[in-house]
Amino acid sequence: MDMVTTNNRQWEKYQKEIADDRYYYARSCIRQTFFPGSEWAFIDILRNKLGKDIFDDPKHTTCTGIGYHSDVVPFQTTMTVVARHFALMTEAGYANITPSCITSFGIYTEILHAWEEHPELLERVREDLYKATKREFDVPKNLAHTSDVIYKFRNQIAMQMVHPLVDVHTGKPLRVVDHIGCHYAKMFPSKGVGGAEFPAVLSGMVDAWGGECIDYPERRHCCGFGFRNYLVQANRGYSVANSMKKLESMEPYEPDFIVTNCPGCGMFLDKWQYTISEMSGKTYGKNGYGIPVLTYEEMAGLVLGYNPWDLGLQMHQVAVEPLLDKMGIDYDPEKKYCDADGKLISLPKCPTFLKQ
Amino acid sequence: MVNFGFTISVTRAVEYDKNDKGCAEYVALRVPSSSACIGCGGCSATCTAGNLTEFNIRKIQMLMKRGENQLYKEQLHKCMLCGKCLTVCPRGVDTRGMILAMIEYMREK
Amino acid sequence: MSDKKHIVVIGGGPAGCVAAERLSRLGFRVSIVEKECELGGNLNNWDRLFPDGKRASEMVTKLVNDVKMADVAVWTDVEPIEAKRVENGFTILLSDKSLLFADAVMLTTGFAPFNAIRKEEYGYGIYRNVTTSVELENMIQAHIVPDTVSRVGMVHCVGSRDEKCGNMYCSKVCCITAVKQAIELKQMLPNAEIFCFYMDMRMFGPGYEELYREAQERYGIKFVRGRVSEASEDSEGRVAIKVEDTLVGRPMRMKLDRLVLMVGMEPSAGTRSVAELLGVKTKVNGFIQGGDPHIAANQTNVPGVFVAGTATAPMNSTDTLNDACAAAFQVANYLNG
Repeated sequence: MDMVTTNNRQWEKYQKEIADDRYYYARSCIRQTFFPGSEWAFIDILRNKLGKDIFDDPKHTTCTGIGYHSDVVPFQTTMTVVARHFALMTEAGYANITPSCITSFGIYTEILHAWEEHPELLERVREDLYKATKREFDVPKNLAHTSDVIYKFRNQIAMQMVHPLVDVHTGKPLRVVDHIGCHYAKMFPSKGVGGAEFPAVLSGMVDAWGGECIDYPERRHCCGFGFRNYLVQANRGYSVANSMKKLESMEPYEPDFIVTNCPGCGMFLDKWQYTISEMSGKTYGKNGYGIPVLTYEEMAGLVLGYNPWDLGLQMHQVAVEPLLDKMGIDYDPEKKYCDADGKLISLPKCPTFLKQ
Repeated sequence: MVNFGFTISVTRAVEYDKNDKGCAEYVALRVPSSSACIGCGGCSATCTAGNLTEFNIRKIQMLMKRGENQLYKEQLHKCMLCGKCLTVCPRGVDTRGMILAMIEYMREK
Repeated sequence: MSDKKHIVVIGGGPAGCVAAERLSRLGFRVSIVEKECELGGNLNNWDRLFPDGKRASEMVTKLVNDVKMADVAVWTDVEPIEAKRVENGFTILLSDKSLLFADAVMLTTGFAPFNAIRKEEYGYGIYRNVTTSVELENMIQAHIVPDTVSRVGMVHCVGSRDEKCGNMYCSKVCCITAVKQAIELKQMLPNAEIFCFYMDMRMFGPGYEELYREAQERYGIKFVRGRVSEASEDSEGRVAIKVEDTLVGRPMRMKLDRLVLMVGMEPSAGTRSVAELLGVKTKVNGFIQGGDPHIAANQTNVPGVFVAGTATAPMNSTDTLNDACAAAFQVANYLNG
């Protein structure tokens, strides 16, 4: 098992089993829209940099997490949909499932826990799934979020590092804010690397790759995504207020970037910076550029020398160029909005305050 | 500025470091017994005004101590100054005097 | 060898000292087994006692003198590693290989302060300015509270009344300790603002409620009913806390120069191990299970093995000393048949 280190402390209580090969990959509903290169990068890193077997199954669907957390999908339905995922995993000959979404991870964890506590629920789900689809399934042997998997191999990745998380101009470690999705460990602290209060899953990567994690007062605060909250336009005011609270709290530390392991958090912390700037004129970060937000796959991709535009960084609201410059990463500004064949797709509109 | 159809919510939290504790300091000097309150609510239970209006003397003096002055300012004049609260307070707080001191402070401000 | 009956008292804290001294005066041969190099237990790590401010060292001196005068055999730096029930008593093997025979055994192995690292949300062991009540007591004793400290928050019930750390019970002494330490801090730092964040103020002992009131009226200590949910560090090293002021009905945020965690009591390692050695039943919370709570609280499930003080439940020093006296009489009754 991997040792967990955060803030020079050992949280031995929260070591977690993470399978070391043969993963059944469960994609997120929304990540391919917001961070179109992240899931590709994950698969590529696992297959081509770490030599692992990972199965990307086109037959797999949503876990219903968004519907479940918005009170439109009942738990019984969610369990049956998830059981179908497990059936697909079983049919493909895999036993370790690794979801890309934090809420899927939370849902899987919650369901496995429910089945453990109430075996009759599992029997009922087996029956329902069989009636509906004629499928049968094994309960996964190992459940780990994809950030757990990258965490597990952080030292192997460090050995292949091209661009450490260091400012090439000053030689100092980059200052990184890690933001962990609430459904990673707040519901089941023992299922997260490092637990709920000082999760080490992202800070462990940052440490291993030469950066320095910042602990700021609102570090453990929710980003405000909250499903039903941002879904209803009138409620978005308190959704965005949470992101704002975090941004205000981290600002004095002058972070070089934020890294997240949750689809919603990454999207919100990035896009709300635009919203806040348009609503109030306020920008965070130096010179009006905002604080770049990366997924851990994007962070790993940059560290391993992937082309930023292949990683999908052009899709971010906050410009990543200042960060790329700090890390000494070569990129072609002309290619930022080109497709795979090098043809310009189109240029996005510029925000009023947030510099691009 | 762009209107996206919502406004950014303002925190409900008591931001103690930012709040103005002027009134609290004034009342602490003028009515020293106010420090002995244990929040039992006897005063509010018996309060003439509190049974008919939002006036909650226990809560008002706590908000005052935290510097949340805007939240109770408009309530103060609802006190009928009957003094019933004085008779029930187990800690001997000069509750009536406390309200008077708050009104006085707000007037001077 | 005298034909006096022999009682082995395991644990030389206040309960052990008093029980040993009483039993000796009642005409028994008594030995105290203490794992540390001196008697006094947790009192050796404390400055002043509530509610009267008596020095703990004064108390220890009295206890040790009483033990000396009473002609009790004191074994320090040793602990029992094996215990066997034999006919009419017990044999106890100590870590230095001595073998004691006991007609009766008294367990006074006491408590250990709750390990605050387990309440992760307070960041003890991570944030410089988060300390425990035990450390604060030591700081007060050594006069090393820096005068730059302008605001202190004391969190009650750390490790007590909290199913998250498995301790459902009240540790009883933390509320009054907070009141005492808040007053002491205020005496050292007259301009500091001191907050106590409590769930309930449990002022059960004589003089406690009066001291609480004095803390409010004379020292201006501010009591906020609400449990601190989270502490973190700001860029200047101050501690930012989240708490609800439940009597206002709003969450509250503030920064502190020091956050003091009022750590509760847990059964000491010695209490746990000696219970296992002797086959003594413990409660779900790990403290030793006494007999009938009204009339036989100092008996255990093993005839001839008795318990007193904080090995059986959290209690203050007054109750600990009285409990030890009561236990001594129960042992005497047992041995005198």
